[in-house]
Amino acid sequence: MTTAKTFAEISTLRERNALAVKEAKDKGLRVVGTYCLYSPSELVVAAGAIPVMLCGTSQNPIPAAEKVLPRNLCPLIKSSYGFAATDTCPYFHFADLLIAETTCDGKKKMYELMGEMKPLHLMQLPQLQDDAALTYWTGEMKRLKSRLEKEFAVDITDEKLRDAIRLVNDERRSLKEFQDVCKHDPAPISGMDMLTVLHNRGFSIDKQAAIDLVDRLTAELREMADTGISPFKPATPRILLSGVPVGIGSDKVARLIEECGGSVVCFESCGGYKKVDPIEENGDPLAAMADRYLQIPCSCMSPNQGRFNLVEHLVREFHADGVVDLTWQGCHTYNIESYRLKKHVQETADVPFLQIETDYSESDTDHLKVRIEAFLEMISRPKRAGKNPVEPKTA
Amino acid sequence: MVSVGIDIGSTATKAVVFDGRILGHAMEQTGWDPKDAGFRAFRSALDKSGITEDWVGSIVGTGYGRVSLPIFTSRVTEITCHARGAHHLDPATRTVIDIGGQDCKVISLNQDGSVADFIMNDKCAAGTGRFLQVMAGILDISLHELGALAADAEPAPLSSMCTVFAESEVIGLLARGTAKSSIAAGIIDTIARRIQGLAGRVPFRDTVSFTGGIAQNGDICTIIASRLGTRLHVPVGPQFVGALGAALIGFDES
Repeated sequence: MTTAKTFAEISTLRERNALAVKEAKDKGLRVVGTYCLYSPSELVVAAGAIPVMLCGTSQNPIPAAEKVLPRNLCPLIKSSYGFAATDTCPYFHFADLLIAETTCDGKKKMYELMGEMKPLHLMQLPQLQDDAALTYWTGEMKRLKSRLEKEFAVDITDEKLRDAIRLVNDERRSLKEFQDVCKHDPAPISGMDMLTVLHNRGFSIDKQAAIDLVDRLTAELREMADTGISPFKPATPRILLSGVPVGIGSDKVARLIEECGGSVVCFESCGGYKKVDPIEENGDPLAAMADRYLQIPCSCMSPNQGRFNLVEHLVREFHADGVVDLTWQGCHTYNIESYRLKKHVQETADVPFLQIETDYSESDTDHLKVRIEAFLEMISRPKRAGKNPVEPKTA
Repeated sequence: MVSVGIDIGSTATKAVVFDGRILGHAMEQTGWDPKDAGFRAFRSALDKSGITEDWVGSIVGTGYGRVSLPIFTSRVTEITCHARGAHHLDPATRTVIDIGGQDCKVISLNQDGSVADFIMNDKCAAGTGRFLQVMAGILDISLHELGALAADAEPAPLSSMCTVFAESEVIGLLARGTAKSSIAAGIIDTIARRIQGLAGRVPFRDTVSFTGGIAQNGDICTIIASRLGTRLHVPVGPQFVGALGAALIGFDES
């Protein structure tokens, strides 16, 4: 859809990087697999190892996972486990160590089973964001540091850690600038293409190369935006997709929104805008990391005011006409939080809100289409009639 | 200008002909061929209106089968159409409860009849016309008889909203000798509780219009209204509200 040249390169990154991981392993490099935004990749980089995202966004391995896990569990947990159990994720296959966190009940119990397949380091994540929790979480950062040092026989110095923080901060800067091009109305890239970029770059083994690639794409997209090139019309409803993590394979709702005539301009999820804030580069590096990571507004935190503020802010920044809040079946925290988020959005931003609870399968596609189309009709009728005029904006 | 709205639902297909007033309407069973049902309802409604196809300026499709017919000039979801139709029939309408064959929804309306918010059941038959049909089938009575039987009975406690589980629960109650009337009341109470659950999620304001085929059954309406603690306004021809809304939208846009 997009005509940006660099997009084609990024869209094949996942496949190409599977080979690159193998070559890196052959050269003796260590690979550390992660699932979640709470995994501090800075420590992995500082240990001289390669951090990679592991697979967990496809329906394919779910039947295999259901031989062990309950059926009514979150599809993300089942998919992650299924990929591991069937050895169909090359990144899992080549990983020397996994980093996991106790974000939710389903994940932490699944990790007990996954730990039987691979060395797995579990970080105990506190679920509130106060000083006592920060002290505890800083201890967890130290424990991971010791594990990596022991596992890979390296010394993680403060200097190495500061370099790693600078590199990953640059990655955050690059990802923020990339996503910010969609503040332009109409957006120069579709939500599906944006998701492809956000998803694929996570499998990149060379962080600097991935940063350069995304920066190049951002420059092209800015140029397109300046010359008015967009896959959308000015009247296309702009949707903020909030909630659970999405990736390629679990993109059903993003895809349906765009098939039904909307434009997903921002992903508030872990792979999207939840990960753009930088770590403080001065002071004690481990404490600074602990502080930033603990502030991630995941629904596993209680209370989680940070997410309400983030969504409110993103609706305004991205000129969203509506919020779709996605919940994976069995994800109690996002599911329950949706009720208060809806109230917050309606009180502070006055835009329509639609919660969708679903899984990775295609079984409810027609049913979801009715709801998504009706939601877009609700937004676009007044928009067309000029009751909610779109002001010209610049990126 | 004549506008036709066609609502192809999972059970019945409805068509309404409108030119500033309702000229005629028709209903056909959808069966296995939604496209054919759409054509049949279209022709039948035109016949009843005494006009020919050449006069028709717009044909708006809605319902699950809205993708089926090539003759549609536009397609609009049943949520928008029900809001528009119910508001036309009673401009005081601020909430629409619609129980269709395979879904149920609660729609909150703005003063002008546009949709302010809505909620719809998930991919499950709980709270739908299909649920009632299956339950009436187990009791070996018609939907109409189900309502009449339930009218003055104390509802038997039925905890399952799932059609499959409720079926085994009903069979269990029958085996224990629970009165049929009490089971019938329990079945309708299940629907009412499901609607109550949905209604809590969107602004629920008077006047509440009740649409869809089930709304024709006065006894069922009474039980649902008392569970919700509100009066339900049932428009004339409640199953045609979606098709009327589609016809009105076509009329507005041309």
